[in-house]
Amino acid sequence: MTDVMIDARDLTKHYGAVTALKNATFQVHRGEVVGFLGPNGAGKTTAMKILTCFIAPSGGTARVGGADIFEDPIAVREAIGYLPENTPLYTEMLVLEYLEFVGRMRGLRGAGLQARLRRVVEETNLGDVIGKSIGELSKGFRQRVGLAQALIHEPPVLILDEPMSGLDPNQAAEIRELIREIGRERTVILSTHNLSEVRVTCGRVLIISQGELVADDTPEELAARGGKPRFVATLRQNGHSASDIREAFSAIGDAQSVTEQTSTADGEVIVELVPKGNQDLRADIFQAAVSANLVLLGLEQRGENLEDIFRQLTTGEGASS
Amino acid sequence: MNHILTIGGRQFRSYFNGPVAYIVICIVMLTLGFFFWNTFFLYGRASAREMFRWLSLILVFALPALTMGLLAEEKRTGTIELLITMPVTEAQVILGKFIGVLGLYAVVLVLTLAYPISVSTLGNLDWGPVWSGYLGLFLQGSAVLAIGLMASSWTDNQLIALFVALTLSVFFWVLDKFLALLPTNAASVLEWLSFDYHFQSMARGVVDLRDVLFFFSVTIFALSLAFRALESRRWS
Repeated sequence: MTDVMIDARDLTKHYGAVTALKNATFQVHRGEVVGFLGPNGAGKTTAMKILTCFIAPSGGTARVGGADIFEDPIAVREAIGYLPENTPLYTEMLVLEYLEFVGRMRGLRGAGLQARLRRVVEETNLGDVIGKSIGELSKGFRQRVGLAQALIHEPPVLILDEPMSGLDPNQAAEIRELIREIGRERTVILSTHNLSEVRVTCGRVLIISQGELVADDTPEELAARGGKPRFVATLRQNGHSASDIREAFSAIGDAQSVTEQTSTADGEVIVELVPKGNQDLRADIFQAAVSANLVLLGLEQRGENLEDIFRQLTTGEGASS
Repeated sequence: MNHILTIGGRQFRSYFNGPVAYIVICIVMLTLGFFFWNTFFLYGRASAREMFRWLSLILVFALPALTMGLLAEEKRTGTIELLITMPVTEAQVILGKFIGVLGLYAVVLVLTLAYPISVSTLGNLDWGPVWSGYLGLFLQGSAVLAIGLMASSWTDNQLIALFVALTLSVFFWVLDKFLALLPTNAASVLEWLSFDYHFQSMARGVVDLRDVLFFFSVTIFALSLAFRALESRRWS
């Protein structure tokens, strides 16, 4: 088997007149945790449903674990552990009963099945609720049952559709930790619109917008892609007009742009400066403030962050000038 | 085959985790008891013929309640996605679901054995027609269940599945009830399409291969349409 676990080529899906996915091409290697990022309705779920052979693409094809989704869908499904959006489970079943059912469907029997059951229950920390009916469980526990069923056959590839939506911060942190652990040995694709989640869990990000793949990079590279740092100074207005203040900073030679926003009732002005290159303007800002007799309350350097990049790529809006 | 049995077994057990199985069993037993014993003593004969007449009608109404949720509910809650993305084919899913509900139906039939057993304590019951009647009921029930599964594959709304299944099964059951109003050619075709026509000869104790094949064909036809409906999801 090759090192490429998921190889999607030109995946396209039309629902009637709507194009949900347009020529998506990407590869995921063994041991990678990849975040599928995009606003709601961007095509993340569609891409995942295609990879799991729940729906067929209108164009293009994909190979999962070496098997083609058209030629050998059963082998593809065997290679995948899947957690669909909203974690659909048979709520009338007991947790153990359900996991046993999934294990059998995955071809496990007898002692092998029991051993795997013990293992996933331990991994996902389900020991306390094993005899409860799934309908009684909290969202966090249901999510863990969903993960347990995806893990039971030790699949090389995990596809998780919004595994952390609807969880409280503690539950989300637990699931995140679990996914990170799982990702050490397996290939994981997870979809989300939560950026902080991506930063912590994923080694790579695929950003998808209106059915098109618009970025494929590490979170760090993506955050750095916006490039220029910005400097944000907070000053006491003290009778100076906003344009006076801007005037004072415009003198700084390396500043490409200076924008001011008059802020709240307590008379503070926030000024944002973007350097021409990669210069550090902090010393210049301090000097300019002193010579114009302005009181500098705060000074901060900001890199362009993932949120901005995300907004830029998925809406076409500029994040900052 | 393993997958089919696993899906069927889960379906069968899940009926007893909810109220549906109990409700259907109660309704069948109570209505059957009422109609059957109401007239039994008027005939003064130890026969189960009347029981089969009633049971075949009651089941046509009761069985769609067992099948309505089979696929519709899985589609509504999304569990169908997990089921189908396991290493199974659509055909295995359909057959598994069918076997699961058929198992419950077999339980219902076994429970109704209480009536012919009671009859046999009251007089000299001829068990031959009883067994052939049960075979007929089983085959007719399979056809009704397959039609119900098919209806359930067309929608994600259980009520719609119920009404479509009821309409179709009642239609096929009453088909031979107004033959007198029709010209002879049409009448013989309709009679041949009617469930009750094929069932009644078995209830009399005549097991004709043609009757068996009729119910068999209806079952297979309905199941294959359910398969097509489930598969079409991939290409929509």
